[in-house]
Amino acid sequence: MSRLRIGIDVGGTNTDAVVVDQDGNVLASTKAATTLDPSDGIAAALKAVIEGIDKSHIKQAMLGTTHPANAIIQRKDLQQVGVLRLAAPSSLAIRPGAAWPKDLHATVIGPSAIIKGGYEYDGSEISPLDEQAVRDFAQKCKGVVNAIAVSCAFAPANYEQELRAAAIIAEELGEDYAASLSHQVGAIGLLERENATILNASLFGVAKRVVDGFQSALLSHGLKVDSYLTQNDGTLMTAEEAIRLPILTVGSGPTNSMRGACALAKLSDALVIDVGGTSADVGILIDGFPRESSAAVEVGGVRTNFRMPDLISIGLGGGTIVREEDGGVRVGPDSVGYRVVTEALITGGSTLTLSDISTKGGRLEGFGDASKVSGVKDATVTAALAWVDEQVQILCDRMKASRTSLPLIAVGGGSHLVPDNIPGVAGVIRPAHHSVANAFGAAIAEASGAVDRVYRYEAEGRDACLDDAKRLATEAAIRAGADIDHVRITSVVEVPMSYLPGQGCRVQVKAAGPLAIH
Amino acid sequence: MYRLTPEGLSHMALGATLLGAGGGGDPYISLLMVQEAMAKYGEVNIVSASELDPNDLVLTVAVIGAPTVMTEKVPSGTEFVDAVKSLAKYLGKKPAAVMAIEVGGLNTLFPLAVAAEMGIPVVDGDSMRRAFPQIEMTVFTLAGISASPMSLADEKGNVVVFETTTNQVAEKLARACVMQLGMANGLSSYSMTAKQVADHGINGSMTYCAELGRHLQQIQDGKNGAYDEFLKFAHAKIYFSGKIIDLDRRTTGGFARGTLVIEDFKDPSRKMRVDFQNEFLIAYDGDEAVVTTPDLICVLDHENAQPITVEGLNFGQRVDVVGMPCAPEWHQEGMLELVGPKAFGYEVEYRPVEGSHA
Repeated sequence: MSRLRIGIDVGGTNTDAVVVDQDGNVLASTKAATTLDPSDGIAAALKAVIEGIDKSHIKQAMLGTTHPANAIIQRKDLQQVGVLRLAAPSSLAIRPGAAWPKDLHATVIGPSAIIKGGYEYDGSEISPLDEQAVRDFAQKCKGVVNAIAVSCAFAPANYEQELRAAAIIAEELGEDYAASLSHQVGAIGLLERENATILNASLFGVAKRVVDGFQSALLSHGLKVDSYLTQNDGTLMTAEEAIRLPILTVGSGPTNSMRGACALAKLSDALVIDVGGTSADVGILIDGFPRESSAAVEVGGVRTNFRMPDLISIGLGGGTIVREEDGGVRVGPDSVGYRVVTEALITGGSTLTLSDISTKGGRLEGFGDASKVSGVKDATVTAALAWVDEQVQILCDRMKASRTSLPLIAVGGGSHLVPDNIPGVAGVIRPAHHSVANAFGAAIAEASGAVDRVYRYEAEGRDACLDDAKRLATEAAIRAGADIDHVRITSVVEVPMSYLPGQGCRVQVKAAGPLAIH
Repeated sequence: MYRLTPEGLSHMALGATLLGAGGGGDPYISLLMVQEAMAKYGEVNIVSASELDPNDLVLTVAVIGAPTVMTEKVPSGTEFVDAVKSLAKYLGKKPAAVMAIEVGGLNTLFPLAVAAEMGIPVVDGDSMRRAFPQIEMTVFTLAGISASPMSLADEKGNVVVFETTTNQVAEKLARACVMQLGMANGLSSYSMTAKQVADHGINGSMTYCAELGRHLQQIQDGKNGAYDEFLKFAHAKIYFSGKIIDLDRRTTGGFARGTLVIEDFKDPSRKMRVDFQNEFLIAYDGDEAVVTTPDLICVLDHENAQPITVEGLNFGQRVDVVGMPCAPEWHQEGMLELVGPKAFGYEVEYRPVEGSHA
């Protein structure tokens, strides 16, 4: 028997779990309601999914969770942090937390200071680090806040000052005092990276509870396994890292769903549609990873520079309400949502939903009582399904980058609505186990490393610079646990810098690989 | 004269992204900076050049450097005030107002931060009413007004003031200084009397920018008919709607150059190519150049009309290509040599867009 992995995904509605073997076969799966304290749901899902599995073969467990994202959105369980910026005299015009929503600012941002330090674009110093100012700031934070977020100008290119500041904070406040360093958190863009670094520090308490809950659930079943959390980009970090970098998990849900769907269908390039009770999301995977959105991502109203999957959502789901109006039908945008299990006609309710239409139209079978929709007019069914088909086609067309035809993978509880034939789409695939695509995506996630920095091509030449960036990303992936023999470059983005004489170029490289077995 | 409201400021930032015509840098940082400066020093008045005493001194304010650098090395604020004060000291006269050299991109808003701190108004005008990459690409150059004496300052207190024989040399010298001073510096230049600004500037451009932003905001808020109202206000037209299918970026001659290809939503055989160098400069429908510099080419998100910068372009984006006439003040002798297609190395004839004041 092979080595097994457990994947668990905590979503807004459901907590899913799967057990997967090393060839990607699903040996067991379960779906349970997400609980008020998500740790209870994790424990319940874990208990259910490993029943009948030989636990000695389970070597790794991966968790994707919405805890940190919810904590930020609900302003719950966040801790106040000290904010230290190493950049003066630059950046004094904009203080930390400048554009934050007032309530979040009051909850999270404690003492803050902009002190001498930071780097220029070429890695030279703006100012030497003002070490005394770091000590003074640490003392100011002592007993006031339990964590400090440190952000240094051009830290993605040179993070020595951040490390030095962290060492000084440890000298002043003890080795265990928590510091969040910006170069570990985000990419180029000081203010956005600082925002993410502050949010990261504010989540330390939440992260510790999640990881402790996850690990104690594993241990309570006698599972002494390596545990990981999934990141926004669909790759893994160890549970220990996740305690220090919880902000990197806030967008992992959609990524896990898309990557899981693609892997279940055994494809690396495809469109993915996830149809739930209320809405449908369409995204695209290229080389096994979601295409990312170029827009700045806001988390809880705060601008960050995270890259999230490029998704288009519309109000189309199994619970979407259908109304007969003179001369036609009106579909949505409102929905009965998860109450479709009691409010749709087929489930004994009184609301005409797309699930009823799908049943009468022959797309949905084996759910509810089909005889309950015998009274729905054929014309209504035809018109509503025509609307659905048109919407799905538009979504797919919007998401595709080129005229090349890609297959569409349909997942989620409402995916029965997706028609089998869509113009411009090379077939619709409905993989087995699609209802637990999220947890599967977590279970198959890989380790990764990334680099984001400015190179000057005229000095070393473009090829040498790209090679350097690829080497750094590969090394970072291996440090993160990737198998040295299977690590590969997954993306290279070059953005020449506007208005910069010479060939300055921002280079972003990512590398990923399956976890090394040890 | 009127007092700029916080709402007017946010409209101005949105309009500035549009007038950047793909370049000029994201105004986000300059917006935050102005908000902080206004919170600290008080609100700012926008004044017409003609409302000032004709002999009053007006100095321009801009950043010079790379916008990407500024996202990391965020301004101190002092670089802009130092540049203005140094130039005033050199001239031996205090400025009665400051103004933008470039209403388009992040340079639109810096004068507001300086004005708040110095307690003087901002002139409702500029010398481009769009973004251009070089200091001499202004209607002031066409009017024979010298960019120098000119001052450059960094955030550390280093200042350089110089005089040059031509505005082209001023551009070269400034660019060389910026390389040594960390790639994000305050710049003050084109010292003028209020009368010179009234006679030769593009007057009303700050207000125009805020109005454009207000229209874009209405589109984003989903107001019925807002897109048409925006096009009517700007004398603009949608030349193409489609999806980005090709994007070629390269850096040659020091500036980001590239090409963008968009495929029509309905007819895949119809394509538009847009050539850019920091800003979008030429738009071709098939083989025919339909919008040419100095008229503005703006690429907007098809769904929400958000202007997209060259750095924000991506495969698969669904966009509208909008052509807008440049400010009428550009249409005078010397325009094409300074900012026409050939000035950027394109062997294309300038073809004024509809609604142009040529």
